[in-house]
Parts: sequence; structure tokens; C-alpha cells
Amino acid sequence: MRPLPPTALALRGLKVLVLNTVIALGITLFDNHSFGLNLVYSNCIGICIWCYIECANYFLVDNWQKHVSRLIFIVPVSVVLGYVSGHLLTDLILGTTSFQYWKQTPRMAWGMLFVSLVAGGTICWVFVSREQLAAERQNLEIARRQASEAQLKLLESQLEPHMLFNTLANLRALISLDPARAQTMLDHMIAYLRATLSASRAPAGGTRHTLADEFARLHDYLELMAIRMGPRLQFTLDLPDALRDQPVPPLLLQPLVENSIQHGLEPKVEGGRIRIAASADHGRLTLQVQDTGLGADPTRLQGQATPSPGHGFGLQQVRERLATTFGSEGAMLLVAAPEGGISASVTFPLKI
Amino acid sequence: MTVATALIAEDEPLLAMALQAELARAWPGLQVLRTVGDGASAVRAALELAPQVLFFDIRMPGLSGLDAALELAELWPPAHAPHQPFPALVFVTAYDQYAVQAFEAQAMDYLLKPVQAARLQKTVSKLQQALIKPAHTAPETIANPVPDATLDATLHQLRGLLEHSARVTGSGMGATPALPRLQVLQASVGQQIHMVSVSEVLVFEAADKYLRVLTADREYLLRTPLKDLLNQLDPDEFWQIHRGTVVRASAIAFVHRDEAGKLSLTLRERHDKLPVSRLYAHRFKAM
Repeated sequence: MRPLPPTALALRGLKVLVLNTVIALGITLFDNHSFGLNLVYSNCIGICIWCYIECANYFLVDNWQKHVSRLIFIVPVSVVLGYVSGHLLTDLILGTTSFQYWKQTPRMAWGMLFVSLVAGGTICWVFVSREQLAAERQNLEIARRQASEAQLKLLESQLEPHMLFNTLANLRALISLDPARAQTMLDHMIAYLRATLSASRAPAGGTRHTLADEFARLHDYLELMAIRMGPRLQFTLDLPDALRDQPVPPLLLQPLVENSIQHGLEPKVEGGRIRIAASADHGRLTLQVQDTGLGADPTRLQGQATPSPGHGFGLQQVRERLATTFGSEGAMLLVAAPEGGISASVTFPLKI
Repeated sequence: MTVATALIAEDEPLLAMALQAELARAWPGLQVLRTVGDGASAVRAALELAPQVLFFDIRMPGLSGLDAALELAELWPPAHAPHQPFPALVFVTAYDQYAVQAFEAQAMDYLLKPVQAARLQKTVSKLQQALIKPAHTAPETIANPVPDATLDATLHQLRGLLEHSARVTGSGMGATPALPRLQVLQASVGQQIHMVSVSEVLVFEAADKYLRVLTADREYLLRTPLKDLLNQLDPDEFWQIHRGTVVRASAIAFVHRDEAGKLSLTLRERHDKLPVSRLYAHRFKAM
């Protein structure tokens, strides 16, 4: 276990002292010894037990969540050891000879040991369950924060200012050149924005839409990009009719398509093609995004340790969504396409 | 109204058309010689056509607008028109907060997409004034026996722009001038790591993914990029003379200028000839 900060340790010590005093008071009520004597005994025993348990925790428990069952051995052993050393300590302080009374009133001595065991066990249980509860609450809090951060980043990456302003500039140019086409472009943009906004508000892995919807949204995005890039971008969408109604997480492929354009085709002087296809085989659905772009180093894409904004984040996003929706059943594969560029594919079970 | 020539470099065809249409309205006397879609073509077309004004998009495939401008400055003047002044440069960008900040700091002209008519009008009058009376105030340098005010001004601005964007994009680290000076370099040679004192180094030269480090008698390879090392070197001791070259100022024996006006350095203790970029030629003026 990692060492406790000194303030937390002091706080625990204080709690132990208070409990010891309460126990001493309780014993004094049905015992003919003085409160002072009981107080010394109970504190010496209590502090010894506590020290043993703390030490045992420090050396034997690495991880609270995993090794909590070890307390079943740690607590009784620490209590018995602490009981004996507490008596020795009291004898040292008060000059008494405690072990005589094991002979005189054995019942009383066993009773005291029993009280120590129960008290030690209860206190330990209370501490542990409280700490576990706090840890769980913290984990939940972290998970919640991560989820909302991911949603925000999704929105940010899709409404990336450069993309947005360039699209608007194109729209402005089209208004005077070709009003009909400007209207079509605006329609694509509205559909794209609507899908992005509603996807960023949906709970992760929660809602579904059909594959036909997914392809329609990708078509919107690609139409926008094709107007911007002109003949430098060509695209095909390949969706078999049988798969049209297949439910999929909304905008799952969007980051892959964006990557293809942003890092593959846009920086390439002559541009290129992008192909999006769906296929089913052996009860699994495969969605593929393939481009003929620059083909960034796939090993770098796979092994990205710290995703930088705009790069790597999209892939991480797809991976996370696959994991939350399909667990170990979902997979993503990035390979260098034979004709240059990158081929990204995701697969998951058809029946969900 | 002056009749002038221009080149547009913009990778999005509609935006190129729109800019051309706006320009036709704002400046009827301007003749757009060509529209190109990437940085390398922009450099080539500018050298071929020698226009008076360049409109460069910042984000272009292949070579960015800024890099294209730097390369063009390196290659100017074009062989067929040796007395042609360097074109006036206007950057066009959709959204690039760093660039905009940098341009504001440098007072170089830039346009935000979509280009607004009123803003374009301002740029046009600025350009027209610059074309009517080119300034004659540039200091005479070895590099430019014939003063080329526009090129000098452009280089000055590009220099400032590069420094500014390095500072802004330097992830907050390079922002502080007081970075600890580097004393010793660790270069691995086979199984060993050699400790090379910076005081022995004569030249740092970027080579692919590596950095060549030259001392009087040896050569080492480091994996550190030059730009990471640069702000740990004393700028008075080490001078940058090219995008990929930094030399020890005190090791320079003489500076040579060829017929085309290009500078190159020869070092005292080594016989390498090192080309000097125009961007850094201002350092070498006879006292």
C-alpha cells in the first residue's frame, strides 16, 4: 500500500484514541477497576493493535481493491499480538504484573481479548468500507468527467474552426456563382451539423441509427469536402441493400473519414479517392474507409501514446466507442493500403 | 489607376474564383496572371511570371504559403527578369489564430476568408501605394548591391513571422528567453556515448531525421531536431545561416558572394562551404 500522508495518519490515530477512551469507559461500567487503569490498558492495547494493522497494511496490502481479503488474517493476528504487547506496555508504564490475572480471573482476561477482537474487527471494517466507498465515488467522478470531456472533444473536432470557416467561405462564394448549388451545399451542411450536434449530446454508446443514416451523414460531409476541394477529391459510398437497416452507433465512421481527408488527401497535391464500404460475413459487420492519400505511418497512428488535437484523437475516439458499445467484440484495424494511403476498418457483431 | 499583375495560390477552387472575382471588382486594373493550387506550383509560377502581387493561402498541400514565400525569396530574382523587384505578398487564411496574431505583430498584410469587399479594398489601396512609389530606404548589404526594398522588407517580415510563430507554437516552453544554455552534447557512437563540449562545436547541420554536429576534427550525429536545440544555444555565439544550419560566429573565416548575389561561408578550421539563406543574409554587412 502506498504510505498515507502524515495528516491522514494523525487523524486515524486520533480516532483510535477516542475509541479507546470509549471502550475504557464501557469497561469501567461493569468492572471494579478504576477508569484510569482501564484507560491505560485500553489505550496501550488499542494503539498496539492499530500499529500492527497499519504495519501489516503497509507491507502486505499493495492494492486496497484487490487485497482487502487479506484483512481476515491481518486483523485477528494483529489483535492478539497487540493484546499481548499492550499488556506488556501497560506493565512497563504502571509497574503492574498483568499476566497474574490470567491465572486469577481467566474469564475476565478472555473477555477482554474478545472485546479487543470485536472492536478491532469492527473498526477495521468501518474504515475499509468507508475508504472503498470514497474510492468508488472518486472513480465514478473521474469516469463522468472523462465522458463529458470526450463529448466536448468530439464536438470540437467536428466543428473545427478551420473546416467551418473554409466551408462558410465556399458557401459565400457559391451564393453569387451558383445559387442552386449553394442551396444544396447549405442543405448538406445543415444535415452534417445536426448529426454532429445530436451525436455529441447522446450518451456514449447509447443511441443507434441505421447504417443507411450513417452513410447519408458521411455523404453530407463528403459532399461538403468535395465542393471545397473540387476535382482533388473523389469518393464512393458502397452500402449493400441488405445492410441498410443494420443499427450502428451514430457517426462512428466520421473520425476515420475526417482523418483520411485531413491527413491523407488534403495535404496531397494531386488529391485522391476515398471509398467507404460495408460488408457482412460470418455474423460480423465490417465497415471500411480506404483512401489513396499520403498514407501517414500506420505504426505511428496505432501506437499513439498521447493523441494530439486533430491527430490520433479521432482514432482513440473510435476505439473507445467500439469498446464501450461492443466490449471485446469490436475491433479496429489500420493498414497501409496497397495503392498508397490508409485503409481503416472496424468490425463488430451484426446482432446487437 | 495602375495596371498590375498578380498570382493567386489557393487550393480550394471556389475560393480562388471568389478572390479573383472580388479583386476584379476592387481593382479593375489588376491582371491575375494565373491561379495555382499548391505551394510548389506557386513558387514555380511566381518565378516564371514575375508578378507584382502574390496572394498566398497559408494552408496548401505540399508547401505551406509561408514556406513557399521563403523559398521564393531564396530564389528571387528570376533569371529572365533580374531587375524585377520582389512581389508584394498578401497571405490569405480561413482561420489561423497564430498566423493572425503574427501578422498583426508584423504588419504584413493578410486577408481572412471569406474575403470581405471592404477589407479587400483596404489591402488594394495599400498595394497600389506600394507599387506606385517603392521605398528606397533599404540599407545596402553584400547580398543586395542593388537595393531591393521589397525583398528586404519581405524578408524582414518573414523573419519576424517565423520568430513569432515559433514563440507562439513553442508550447509555452520556448517562450521564456532564459533557457539554460547547453554545455555538453551526448552523442552515441556505436556502443559509447561521447560527451561533446558545445564550446568545441563549429557547425550544427540538419540532415534528414538527424542533426550533424561538426567539431574541428570530428563529426557526430544526434537525434535531436535542430529547432529543439536552437533555443538552448547562445544566439551571440551561434548564428543561424540557413533553415538547417547554425554556425559558430567566431569560426567563420570569410563570406563569399557569387555572381548571382548568393552568399556562402568558409570556416577557419574546416573547408566546408556553407550556403547562407537570404533570410539570414542581413547578418553579413561589411562594417
